[in-house]
Amino acid sequence: MSKVKVKKDKDITIYCDVTKCVACRTCELACAVEHSKSKDLANSIIEKDTPRKRLTVSAINGKSISVHCQHCKEAPCVTACMSGALSKDEKTGATLQDNEKCVGCWMCVMTCPFGAIVGDSAKHIAVKCDLCPDRDDYACVATCPTGALFAGTKKEFEKKLTKKKK
Amino acid sequence: MAKEKISAEKLHEICYSCGIETIWQRYDAQDPHCGFGTLGLCCKNCNLGPCRIDPFGEGPQVGTCGANADTISARNLARHAAAGSACHSDHGREIARTLLLFGQGKAPSYAIKSEEKLKKVAGEYGIKIEGRKNEEIAVDLGNAMLADFGKQNEAPVFFKRAPKKQQKIWKNLKIVPQGIDRPIVEMMSRTNIGVDADYKNIMLGTMKTSLADGWAGSMIATEASDILFGAPQAIRSQVNLGVLKDDEVNIIIHGHVPLLSDVIVTATRDEEMLKLAKSKGAKGITIAGICCTANEILMRRGVPVAGSFLQQELAIATGAVEAMVVDLQCILPGLTTVASYFHTKLISTHPKAKFPGMEHIEFEEEKALEVAKEIVTKAIENYPKRDKKKVNIPKEKMELIAGFTAENIFYYLGGKYRGTYRPLNDAIISGRIRGVAGVVGCDNPKIQSSKAHMQMVKELIKHDVLVVQTGCSALACAREGLLVPEAAGKFAGKGIQEVCEAVGIPPVLHLGSCVDNSRILIACTNMVKEGGIGEGIDELPVAGAAPEWMSEKAIAIGWYFVASGALVVFGNEFPVSGSKNMMKYVTEDVEKVTGGKWAFEKDPIKGAHIIIKHIDKKRKALKLGDVMYKSETTKAK
Repeated sequence: MSKVKVKKDKDITIYCDVTKCVACRTCELACAVEHSKSKDLANSIIEKDTPRKRLTVSAINGKSISVHCQHCKEAPCVTACMSGALSKDEKTGATLQDNEKCVGCWMCVMTCPFGAIVGDSAKHIAVKCDLCPDRDDYACVATCPTGALFAGTKKEFEKKLTKKKK
Repeated sequence: MAKEKISAEKLHEICYSCGIETIWQRYDAQDPHCGFGTLGLCCKNCNLGPCRIDPFGEGPQVGTCGANADTISARNLARHAAAGSACHSDHGREIARTLLLFGQGKAPSYAIKSEEKLKKVAGEYGIKIEGRKNEEIAVDLGNAMLADFGKQNEAPVFFKRAPKKQQKIWKNLKIVPQGIDRPIVEMMSRTNIGVDADYKNIMLGTMKTSLADGWAGSMIATEASDILFGAPQAIRSQVNLGVLKDDEVNIIIHGHVPLLSDVIVTATRDEEMLKLAKSKGAKGITIAGICCTANEILMRRGVPVAGSFLQQELAIATGAVEAMVVDLQCILPGLTTVASYFHTKLISTHPKAKFPGMEHIEFEEEKALEVAKEIVTKAIENYPKRDKKKVNIPKEKMELIAGFTAENIFYYLGGKYRGTYRPLNDAIISGRIRGVAGVVGCDNPKIQSSKAHMQMVKELIKHDVLVVQTGCSALACAREGLLVPEAAGKFAGKGIQEVCEAVGIPPVLHLGSCVDNSRILIACTNMVKEGGIGEGIDELPVAGAAPEWMSEKAIAIGWYFVASGALVVFGNEFPVSGSKNMMKYVTEDVEKVTGGKWAFEKDPIKGAHIIIKHIDKKRKALKLGDVMYKSETTKAK
């Protein structure tokens, strides 16, 4: 597994290079495993509290893309959240979620322009990317076998794409 | 002045620092491995897909056709077992075919080296022996063995060797294979789109396919090899990369089928070849094996072993190998990359296994020695191209004793005039020996260089479990000095020490190559026949393990032991762990069907204790007393 450490104190979003995504769904598995108790694939699937993934690989116009919370500057989900469970971290710009406060009204699910928030109907809370608080890097980015996923600022991602074109 | 020798670890470092890519780097580059494949939840058997099942239950739970996780993982596993079974059986077919060719006078490079075995096996096949020449018997036996492969309505002949109880279980389950090839073809057909979807039924088919390997394909390979190349006897030799020589032509033979390796050994001992080698400035010719063909020539001719599966690229990286000659199975295509840094010639020989970047010299049984000499000549002519600056032969080498078989173990245990399994059964009944475990199989870069085998075997013998070994597992333990009589005093429990001291055997017995796992089936059957420890293999205090398995062949071997009633412990899980039903079936439910079952444990010490616990359970069921001596459990890491 990749040992690359990413500084988490800046405005980081996880981006997907659609030209490199092959829809293997490794990011989905890695995300669910990271949010399990055992943090091990074979054991996580037999845990009583089945871990949930917080991203989805979707097909759009014949291309596949790994869809994550974009941690929007002006986040519609935060505005829509009536219980105050969703908020913005002023320092890093991350969209944070407090599970204790979430009442499962699904307003965030409906307002998210990316479809990046899903409802966990069993626990009755919304589930979204939390930028892997238990690790220094990001499970999906670290496990992506083609290097399609990228963690960084919008500028850094654009720079990476332009570099590739040259 | 001779260069100071380095350690094997140092050789790894040299490869790494020179940018020579080996199996370990390629393994790291593949990490992380696809989770769907790891769990067995990816199906690409038809073009409705490829489909995959979401193991977390959110996404699709069935493929386009409606097959669920149980069906998909069962089908995948069944196909692995069929491929493994095909590999061993095809190997058996080639030896049987050569036996026939020899009888017909078309393969003069071979001989009947064990007349006793020829007659014994011919007798089992119902072939007339009295007053007939070996060649005549060989023709009939070769034909009869080949006929076993294509049978349509009858079990292969060796099935009657199995204990009556197992035969009855298989008959009731309708898993007695009709022929050897047929169950493999059947398995490919029933795992196709829209055929068998019941995972339990697919597993019964998997057992049938695997039984055709163990009790027929592999067994024919073992028996026909004993006839053509000699029944092994206990023999002392050496193992590890240190067997390669600074000042001789080094030839490595790698692969599985002894048809090639045996004649190459003969060719290297030819006066003409030795003369040629000397004319090129070498002091002689060293031949050393890698993988299972190494085991074949080790146990019959005492040829030293350069290494196991994982060491094949390192052998080339010593810079001292003039030629590596390969046939088939377990040959890394990555060899050509490593060889490009050195003078080593890679020579493929089998029409079924060619490798881009290797020179191909086709091996034909009809002119075996001729081809072997051509290959050896190429190696010798390559000697002057060796770059002395690049030579780094590690210093490690270890003594070992190989060449135990289900037949000769009689004599080592009972003495020359009392050839019987009685002493073994008595030692088990009295509790001096707790039981017997077969630790076999591949080595795998997923686990730190073969240490799992060594740790598991040490823990087993410490608890008075006698260990028999085959394949790369045997070589891994031999490297650690476990296959010599002195190992008993160092590592074994008091009970095994007493037995080993009395008869002078190592606590860990080398039984041969991976097809020779069939010898373990026969040894188990002989234990049943000797009496006192159960009516079937499922009642014996025995178990098997493959701590570092990687090949599909290991899946077939494991299944024929489970179908024969044994517990089998694998170091890494099967690619079926994405299906709860399949995991429950293979680790629990199947025990009610055949008496055998699977267990999965990555930690070799814990794996050893699964075996010890199982053996104790079987001892209790047989109403045997406690073991004589108690030993302490090693702390699992």
